[in-house]
Amino acid sequence: MTIPLPGRAFIRHTLVLARAEVLHVVRDRATLVQIIVMPLIQLLILSNVATFAIKQSPVYVVDADHTSTSRGVVRRLGASGLFNIVGQSASPDSADDAMLAGRVTLIMTIPHDFESSLVRDGSAPIHLDVNAEKGSAAGIVQSYAMQILASYSDELTTEIHPTTRTVQGPGPAIAPARGFGRIETRVQDWYNPTLDYKHYMVPGILVALVTMIGTLLTAQNIAREKEMGTLEQLNVTPITKAEFITAKLLPFWVLGLVDLGLGLIVAGVVFGVPMRGSLLLLFAAAGVYLVVALAIGLWVSTIVETQQQAMFVTFFILMIYLLMSGLLTPIDSMPHWVQLMSELNPVRHFVTIARAILMKGAGLTEIMRPLVILAVYSVVVLALSIRQYSKRTA
Amino acid sequence: MNALWGLLRKEGYHILRDRRTLAVLIFMPIVQVILFGYSIRTDVKDVRLVIVDPTPDATTLELRNRFRAAGTFRIVAVVPTEADLAPLFETDTAQVAVRFQPRFGERMAAGEMAQVLVITDATEPNSGSARQNYVTAVIQNYQQELRQRAGRIRIVPETRARFNPTRESTNLFVPGLMAMVLNIIAALMTALSLTREKETGTMEALLVSPLRPWQIIIGKVAPYLAIGFVSVIAVLLEAKLVFHVPVRGSVPLLLFEGMLFILVALSLGILVSARTSSQRVAMMGALIGTMLPTQMLSGFVFPLESMPPLIQWIANVIPAKWFVLVARGIMLKGVGLAYLWPETLVLGVMTLLLLAASARSFKVRLQ
Repeated sequence: MTIPLPGRAFIRHTLVLARAEVLHVVRDRATLVQIIVMPLIQLLILSNVATFAIKQSPVYVVDADHTSTSRGVVRRLGASGLFNIVGQSASPDSADDAMLAGRVTLIMTIPHDFESSLVRDGSAPIHLDVNAEKGSAAGIVQSYAMQILASYSDELTTEIHPTTRTVQGPGPAIAPARGFGRIETRVQDWYNPTLDYKHYMVPGILVALVTMIGTLLTAQNIAREKEMGTLEQLNVTPITKAEFITAKLLPFWVLGLVDLGLGLIVAGVVFGVPMRGSLLLLFAAAGVYLVVALAIGLWVSTIVETQQQAMFVTFFILMIYLLMSGLLTPIDSMPHWVQLMSELNPVRHFVTIARAILMKGAGLTEIMRPLVILAVYSVVVLALSIRQYSKRTA
Repeated sequence: MNALWGLLRKEGYHILRDRRTLAVLIFMPIVQVILFGYSIRTDVKDVRLVIVDPTPDATTLELRNRFRAAGTFRIVAVVPTEADLAPLFETDTAQVAVRFQPRFGERMAAGEMAQVLVITDATEPNSGSARQNYVTAVIQNYQQELRQRAGRIRIVPETRARFNPTRESTNLFVPGLMAMVLNIIAALMTALSLTREKETGTMEALLVSPLRPWQIIIGKVAPYLAIGFVSVIAVLLEAKLVFHVPVRGSVPLLLFEGMLFILVALSLGILVSARTSSQRVAMMGALIGTMLPTQMLSGFVFPLESMPPLIQWIANVIPAKWFVLVARGIMLKGVGLAYLWPETLVLGVMTLLLLAASARSFKVRLQ
């Protein structure tokens, strides 16, 4: 690759061209609104989408037992504040109907011999039907319900104080009530003690928005010049390939950093996202990352013929960025080959960096691996797009 | 009517002539559904676990073995103190840590309280909590076994996941993925159609023709409906053959709803096109404006129930939200129009509103 050292002429040419690009964008009100206002609005709305806490899940109770114990279960379910009992009946038909219509997330069925088997055998089943259509919410609802049942059984154990225990319990020598030494399980949630999903989502969405805008604007850029016929004019000027690519990148690179800065202000002020690590480090990493993202956009732009093609290719790339980077669903859940592929995904690495710096307070050594990958990536993609462009001028 | 027919033929030729774009339009949804159908999963597996065990003894070794045997965990490190944890978490080497109290086994044997601390990387609270639950379940099972002879009262929950008994991620995500891919592709098809004519100056020719605004709109939308139909069938076949998503309801109804949904998306694209004057603005609007909102507000990955009420309300304007309900309803639950008429009605009304709005913003340009 023959990238000339940035001499005086290089800087002058680049700045002149870059200025033209800036004027193009700034002149157009609609575009300005789209690159500054639209991402902020989306950030404000979409960051609220994923909340972990599920409050007041609609539940339908089918109580075929009608005893004080079964009513106790229902009462605790209602009193937990986690469930909203929307219907109750002795037959399963209307419960089924409510679930088919999507009105309830959980059906709790208490069989008719519930209390008697509890007394007789010391154990009795309760059926929980969760609406799997609700995805991860279903799993959470199920574990809430199971927790309530577990604590109710504890309550019953101490309440009833059954004589059966002495019959079955073989170890009278050890402390009688507890039987054996008890394990006390305590939990700690590091890095996000309040389990606030927003702290996790905001950096991700911000990265996604900055990436989407940068990629589309660069991908559309040269394609438009081709469509309008202005690329020929540029080709006959003494501007070198490297100057051309640099000038096309520079304005969007600055724009990306500005968008990121604005977004971080919103993240801190509105959402209270912690910023535990060094912001300087974050912006340095962002600078490297943006070169990758924008150069990929430019590379697309040198390949396609029309803006429409540019748009479709960008769409494809953005979908991969968003859906295969761990932005929305965890990478650890993906099949192995997808995990390998995602190593090629620049968004994955930068999202990792952003979350590590902001939430975990990671320093340079902890983010070294993704950062080095991004740096290598940026050199490769830049070289590629300069080469690709040179083919057109030849 | 003759004029409309002429426009339809002209648009048809335009689409057929550009083979490359046509191929892209037909193959892109197929490739995307395959690629992302495999990628989008939320199953918790292969949890990277660290054991903090200051004084290893028989009991803690037994518990470690249980974690190993559970199949969900991979013990990546055993360290003596909690201070060693931070770097492991920061580099994402570990996801959960279990810290045993010193003299754990001794305490247990003496009938004292023995403490286990489960430390979770809760950066992502959802998976974090899920992993935490898996860990505590192993510990609790162990304790249950110890206490089994103590004759405690137990309510045994028997759970069943309705509509998706195996809890297969793909059954849930593929219908949603279809909705999202079809939505954006269809919107992009029409988003540039009028803008391109404006940018290249051919719009004037259309405007002075005897065509009415609504006829121009129909002429621009109808040909893409045919492509959309091909995509719907292809994507459904994929869901069935590749991902084995069940189709428990009526297939004709599913096709009809799919077409209706494509029509909504095409109408959305044409509205963007009618209201913008440059392709850049149209693209930004159609792509950046729809992509994240469709992904995040359609209930495709994130359950709508757990969103704040205001966001749930906003989500109503996202067409994909309604189609995700329809697609999951027909495919997973096997319900028909008796249950799905509200969603169908919403999609129909959306189409009419969008088309009317496009025709209207057209008239403005005529003056």
